[in-house]
Amino acid sequence: MSSSPWFAPRIALSTKRTRVLTIVSFLLPLLIWSAISYLPFLWHPKIKIVEPGDVSYFKINMLVDREVFDKETLKVKEVGKVLPIGTRANPIYLPAPHEVAKAFVTSFTTEPQRRSEQWLHESLWHSITIIFFGFILSSLVGVPIGVLCGTYAAVSRINEPFIEFFRYLPAPAFGALAVAVLGIYDGPKIAIIFIGTFFQQVLIVSNTTRKLDISLLEAALTLGAKRMQLLFKVVIPGILPDLFRDLRILLGWAWTYLIVAELIGTSSGITWFITQQARYKNFDNVFAAIMMIGIIGLLSDIILAKLGKYIFPWERSANKA
Amino acid sequence: MTQIELPSYLEQSGEVKARFDDIKQREVILELKDLEKVFSTAKGDVTALKNINFKAHRREFVCVIGASGCGKSTLIRILAGLESASAGEVLLDGKPVSGPGPDRGMVFQGYTLFPWLTVKKNVMFGLRSQGLGYATAESEALQWIDLVGLEKFSDSYPDQLSGGMKQRVAIARALANKPRILLMDEPYGALDVQTRSKMQSYLLEIWHNIDITVLFITHDLDEAIYLADRILVLKSHPGEVEEIIEVPVPRPRDPEQFISPEFLATRKRIDQLIHPPITEDGEDKLNMIRLTRVGDEVEP
Ligand SMILES: Nc1ncnc2c1ncn2[C@@H]1O[C@H](COP(=O)(O)OP(=O)(O)O)[C@@H](O)[C@H]1O
Ligand SMILES: [Mg+2]
Repeated sequence: MSSSPWFAPRIALSTKRTRVLTIVSFLLPLLIWSAISYLPFLWHPKIKIVEPGDVSYFKINMLVDREVFDKETLKVKEVGKVLPIGTRANPIYLPAPHEVAKAFVTSFTTEPQRRSEQWLHESLWHSITIIFFGFILSSLVGVPIGVLCGTYAAVSRINEPFIEFFRYLPAPAFGALAVAVLGIYDGPKIAIIFIGTFFQQVLIVSNTTRKLDISLLEAALTLGAKRMQLLFKVVIPGILPDLFRDLRILLGWAWTYLIVAELIGTSSGITWFITQQARYKNFDNVFAAIMMIGIIGLLSDIILAKLGKYIFPWERSANKA
Repeated sequence: MTQIELPSYLEQSGEVKARFDDIKQREVILELKDLEKVFSTAKGDVTALKNINFKAHRREFVCVIGASGCGKSTLIRILAGLESASAGEVLLDGKPVSGPGPDRGMVFQGYTLFPWLTVKKNVMFGLRSQGLGYATAESEALQWIDLVGLEKFSDSYPDQLSGGMKQRVAIARALANKPRILLMDEPYGALDVQTRSKMQSYLLEIWHNIDITVLFITHDLDEAIYLADRILVLKSHPGEVEEIIEVPVPRPRDPEQFISPEFLATRKRIDQLIHPPITEDGEDKLNMIRLTRVGDEVEP
């Protein structure tokens, strides 16, 4: 068992190894980040002033470049005045892991600066609703068109050439237009998510539909299935698990359009929170917010994957056999 | 080694002769008239089938045998209505067929079970397509599942079954529609030898118990002789009927008959037909030029 190789092409790892590697894949970046943050001889290009000494413009807790500190120290030393004292530090935009960890809590409990502004949970929720509506609207139109394109050559020919062209147009390019048409609030943001998702979605879904084994359709025909039955009793159930997987991947892509979408019109949601915190130089909050997006994305994908196993029991059995 | 003297494959015992006399009196279920199929490809027209004339009688078991690529699948796909003939016609009960229909059941080599449906629902598929109510379709399906011996697996999904079991489900699914003829395209091609011979016996048993005509494609000589009343031997390029052989092996069949003189005589005949003596076109000859004889290299 334990002698089986770690690197064998296309061979699945044991559950134990899979678990170990999953943990390592998160632990490794965390370790690198910790090393850079906590080992003063690694990077730390700045000096944090502890005692300003006789350098007139140094103040306690001020961050200066190392060369500047050395130069000023030298100057003071030459004239025999009191030397400044400092410790090595990282730039303000790289907070240490424990600071970010703390920010995960404090960013939720910190009151907004102004009354009109939102708490973090409100911002996050706003982002989630934008994604949700953009993605649902896109799927409501895109999935049926994709399935029809993949099933009927005629539908494919009339749709796919244009979509093939349109998908190369970057969704953010439509930002100004979306604002002109839909106003400055949520409308244009949802539209950007929609544009970013829809065209890829039609092509991916139609491709998935085309991959359905044609002999299943032939078998259904010899069993006496009629046209509509072929679509509803064979094509759609046949592609469902793959379709679900496609949607999970597409949902991930929709998240990547979120930041651009939220910058359009009045800045909102998590993007607003991030830009706002960056302006106040609360980079621990910025990091925490960015990670929250990742965590929400990952969690929703894991939940959907589990849900998939539950609603497509035949897939589960296929894996076991 | 001395050759054992085999009887002619044309020699039939009284019992076998009586069976064929009986078969020939039965109504014709399937008739192929001057069937021809030409595929137009980028490289030009390919004649896959030509001059196919044949009649299958009720409850007859017909095997079609021929080298790979000779047009067996094309033939059965035309019969199923999945492909249209370039010329000639297919008559089922005297009526020309156009397009696929539940009156001809088909079993494919790849199992083609619907993976998202349980065994029971797979078998119900045709019945439901026919507009049968759920309860009726279910009870009928369960009977067919019983017949192929899979009652314990009626709620399993196809991917939980072995290859042989899947093919039994496929047979039950095709038969549930009560087709006039069961078309089978190398159904056991993907099975291992043991499962295969078990499945052959199963099929004979099912065929024995219900009123069904079978057209079974194979490239396995033993399989064809073991199963068939008559064997349609196709030759390649273009696929034409080379000979129709009446199998002189008595029924009920038993694997022990594989070494009976009638069996071996039939086998020899078909072997000659599909593996004709090598012609001098050089295609099958090994290129010997670069080979040295073993031992040459040690000679000075
Ligand atoms: N759709 C097609 N287009 C062109 N040629 C085809 C097509 N289907 C089959 N053929 C050709 O017809 C011949 C018979 O094929 P097939 O019926 O599959 O043979 P078999 O089942 O006996 O192995 C082959 O030469 C094959 O290349
Ligand atoms: Mg074939």
